[in-house]
Amino acid sequence: MKRQLPLAMVFIFGFLMIIQYFIPHEYSEWVNAFLMDWMMIIGVFALALGLWSLTRVSWDKVRQKKPNWGYSIVTLAGLFLMMFFGFDYFRHFSTAVGSDNYMYIHFYRHIVIPIQATMFSLLAFFIASAAYRAFRARSLLATLLLVAALVIMLRFNPFLGPLQPIMEEFSVWLLNVPNLAAKRAIVIGVGLGMVATALKVILGIERAYLGKD
Amino acid sequence: MNIFDRIMSFDRRWIFLSLAIVCVVTFMWPFHVPITLSNEVRSIYNRFDSLKEGDMIYLSVDYDPNALAELHPTTYVLAEMCFRKNVKVIFGTLSNLGQGMVDQVIDDITDSVMLDKTYNGVFYEGREIQNGIDYVFLGYKPYPAMVIQAMGLDFRVPFPTDYYGTPLDSIPIMKGVKNFDQCKLVMDMAAGNVAEMWITYGHGNYNVPLALAVTGVMGADMYPYLNSGQIFGLAAGLLGSAQIEKLCDNPGRAIDGMRIQLFAHILIILFIIMGNIGFFVTRRRKKMGGDVR
Repeated sequence: MKRQLPLAMVFIFGFLMIIQYFIPHEYSEWVNAFLMDWMMIIGVFALALGLWSLTRVSWDKVRQKKPNWGYSIVTLAGLFLMMFFGFDYFRHFSTAVGSDNYMYIHFYRHIVIPIQATMFSLLAFFIASAAYRAFRARSLLATLLLVAALVIMLRFNPFLGPLQPIMEEFSVWLLNVPNLAAKRAIVIGVGLGMVATALKVILGIERAYLGKD
Repeated sequence: MNIFDRIMSFDRRWIFLSLAIVCVVTFMWPFHVPITLSNEVRSIYNRFDSLKEGDMIYLSVDYDPNALAELHPTTYVLAEMCFRKNVKVIFGTLSNLGQGMVDQVIDDITDSVMLDKTYNGVFYEGREIQNGIDYVFLGYKPYPAMVIQAMGLDFRVPFPTDYYGTPLDSIPIMKGVKNFDQCKLVMDMAAGNVAEMWITYGHGNYNVPLALAVTGVMGADMYPYLNSGQIFGLAAGLLGSAQIEKLCDNPGRAIDGMRIQLFAHILIILFIIMGNIGFFVTRRRKKMGGDVR
């Protein structure tokens, strides 16, 4: 029963969702909306689980003084402070009053935004270093990659003068022909793979999601 | 050790330092960079420009602060364009830190629209933007694929209330608005796979006219959807944002950032050329059996 019930539910709801897609009727729409609601409700439990897991892992690290345990204090402090301010000092749990909280907005605008923007900006430096090392014309394929990268970077460079329109045209061709062909092949392959996997799950052939027990 | 060997074992900290210097100097030294326009960005502008007073659109702000530099300018300019033209806007976000992004856009644009401005030769008188009349912000819900599908049925399924807790049925702008059928277009500013979910579930299921503004690294991935007609426009990276700013005659942070990006790219190209010269000379010497040291 422990295995049969989930398999039966996956089969029934899997086929229900496929069939409703092809039935343009208000009952079918109602079933779809009803199941969407359920999916979101179930999804919220994953957030709660994530919250619990992060708290437990960080707290264990602090308690056992594992390497870099100080960062876990920052994680926990950030997590609970944002919740504290986000719920307007734990006064409003069911409304969005907390989103107007002065401290919540300031924490977001002056801590979260600069931290995330800084982390992402650092990528530019690593990309520059990686480009210097990786873009070497070692073989034909590496040379093609190198040329494509240069053309894309130079396509709107105003200092190229009369070469600029040529670069632009070449970059448009690169994006619309070789890039498009490769990307389409990947997308179609991935799509077919997804359909096959979904059918295997619905038909009970793929059972890894049930766990080992 | 000769110069070519030095090039081959160049310490990457010199690359970091030179890039930092180029970024700081070009940031402090304002000069004009001509922006060339692409067809995929022009079609976004044309569609927005054809919107009439009272039309409604959906702006999906699906990025976190890490993509702020590339995508925030597009959101700012398009939101302002809509407000100036009296086009109603439904804001939503499928990114967990996107709420703050939308909040910031609404705060800043509300202030900006209070001022009289002229864009592309058209004078717009300043006016006050009101929540519920000019725009509604639905807020954030997790699991983008489900939220997009649910919104396609009815905005009230995933969002019974707006971000501020007001029931959608009591918001004037939402009267008679059920789903994407009432929206002239959906513009998604995305920094992740949400863009593809909009194509699969938004356009695929509900046939919404969709355009994307994505980060530079995602740009090439989106071209198949542009050519197949699944999206009607595409603005990729800072360049895409700068093109939109230029078309809207509203220069801002993207056009400003282009000069920094331009010189950073030139520096990277110089480093690539330098690395290849070192590589070829060293390889040739090795082949000729010469001493590489």
